[in-house]
Amino acid sequence: MARYNETEFLICLAASLMEDGTTAFIGTGIPMLAAALAKKTHAPNLVAIFEFGGTGASLERLPLAVGESRTFHKAVAASGICDIMETAQRGFIEYGFLGAAQIDMYGNLNTTIIGPYWPPKVRLPGSGGANDVGSHCWKNIIIVRQHDTRRFVPKVDFLTTPGYLTGPGAREKVGLPPNTGPYRVVTSLGLLDFEPESKRMRLIGLNPNVTVEQVKQNTGFELLLADHIITNPEPTDEQLRILREEVDPDHYYI
Amino acid sequence: MKELESGIGELFQPPDPDSFREWVHKHKNTRMVPKVMSEQEAIARFVKDGDYIGTELYGTVRGPMSLIRELVRQGRKHLRVTGQGIHEIDLLLAADMVDALDITYIGWEVYGISHILRRAVESGRVKTTEWSNAAISWRFKAASMGVPFIPVRSMLGTDTLKYSAAKVIEDPWTGKPICLLPALYLDVGFIHVHQADEFGNCRIEGISGFAFELARASKTLIVSTEEIVPTEEIRRYPERTIIPYYLVDAVVLAKYGSHPGEMCYRYWRDEEHLLQFYKDSADPEKTRAYLDKWVYGCKNHDDYVQKVGIERLKQLEKMIGGR
Repeated sequence: MARYNETEFLICLAASLMEDGTTAFIGTGIPMLAAALAKKTHAPNLVAIFEFGGTGASLERLPLAVGESRTFHKAVAASGICDIMETAQRGFIEYGFLGAAQIDMYGNLNTTIIGPYWPPKVRLPGSGGANDVGSHCWKNIIIVRQHDTRRFVPKVDFLTTPGYLTGPGAREKVGLPPNTGPYRVVTSLGLLDFEPESKRMRLIGLNPNVTVEQVKQNTGFELLLADHIITNPEPTDEQLRILREEVDPDHYYI
Repeated sequence: MKELESGIGELFQPPDPDSFREWVHKHKNTRMVPKVMSEQEAIARFVKDGDYIGTELYGTVRGPMSLIRELVRQGRKHLRVTGQGIHEIDLLLAADMVDALDITYIGWEVYGISHILRRAVESGRVKTTEWSNAAISWRFKAASMGVPFIPVRSMLGTDTLKYSAAKVIEDPWTGKPICLLPALYLDVGFIHVHQADEFGNCRIEGISGFAFELARASKTLIVSTEEIVPTEEIRRYPERTIIPYYLVDAVVLAKYGSHPGEMCYRYWRDEEHLLQFYKDSADPEKTRAYLDKWVYGCKNHDDYVQKVGIERLKQLEKMIGGR
């Protein structure tokens, strides 16, 4: 039997991107588990911020929803959505975490519609807080669990949340805060960043037993490749133990 | 001011601060009068066909579920609706009471996307205009300020803006593009709180979501509460009052009013109930059966509480965990 499953791998990889002493805007799912794991391992001073008002929760108990009581359990503040979004708009929040049904090479995200706007073929939930997180946080980490050509597309059907839009300078041109944007993409196949000059997505790390060719075949646009592509580290036994025994002992997600 | 872009989404509730001022001046009572009434009376008196309504917080967290179930029981047509929707907006859509949605997020978080939303929108029955979560809350904030719009830096450069009713203008001070959101004034707002007195002075424990803003953006505000406390208690800790009496038109006592969602420090979400509803909602017949059992099949909230069973509710109280 494998030592860990794919979800556990992605949680550990996402957790490794969270630094101690920084601020992170946390959404439902993998980001919650990653933040809880990071706090219990290398980043005890990570400040988790939840959109409906929780700031600095202990994350001793795993939240199931972005507004529920565990998002402010033993927190330093329990305010409201305007306060949190304004805190992001003021420039305080370093990292944002986002998911998507579709993503393009500039990290633009779709969570609204598949097909034309009206009438839609598939109506997805909509922006929620994603557009705000993608607009205001300094660095956005995007988690796409299934890396395939249905999700990594040349053009998103609906641009819900801004990545680098049409390329360098485009965010600033439309009035978004300077020096913000997508930072990393965590997927079932690897870790990607955005090449600083072109702002295009670039492969920087492969998950164990994945090849560059496999990533290229499962990406619907031309992918840039870093000069040195690393192999992403496997979860340690200690990470897996904490994840299973302390972060999600009831197996809601793993 | 130079207009750079204008969203093509329909503005379902155009802002009119002057008429809102007139309404507030005329209808918001400066006297502390008792407003406790049944949910039947509150909905019957204050909600009309075609109204624009809003709910706070959202359907699995401190949602005004007992009020929404009563609204569905009585039935209204052609509602225009906003909220951070899960269970509450699913119920309104399933009962075919909604014509238009100012949508930011309607879905079930970890469970998945809303089947009911898909049927309502993909069939073309319900019109949508897009916004972000912050945008909807800031639209309430603008209304609570009594102004027609608010400048923000969300939605810029996206289809979320294109299919909204926001505008982008050149900021007259910095010269940079800025998004203007139209204020959102509600005909009727619904909020569930932890404590209220008989006049409508309300307290919320834990995060306050967008209750502060929505309460002040509502022409009519219906509050349901877990318990009714004496006014002396309110006056002893006035800093805890998030919604003062004069904003409130009806106070409805509804212990477990957020069920099957959670109420922080009081009771945990009813995971079994929510998951069963989510599964059933994939099938229109089963959705109908849910409404028949849990909404139409209950005379009122007390009846619903009996049907859920006091033992189950006591279990949920034990599961919430302390501070």
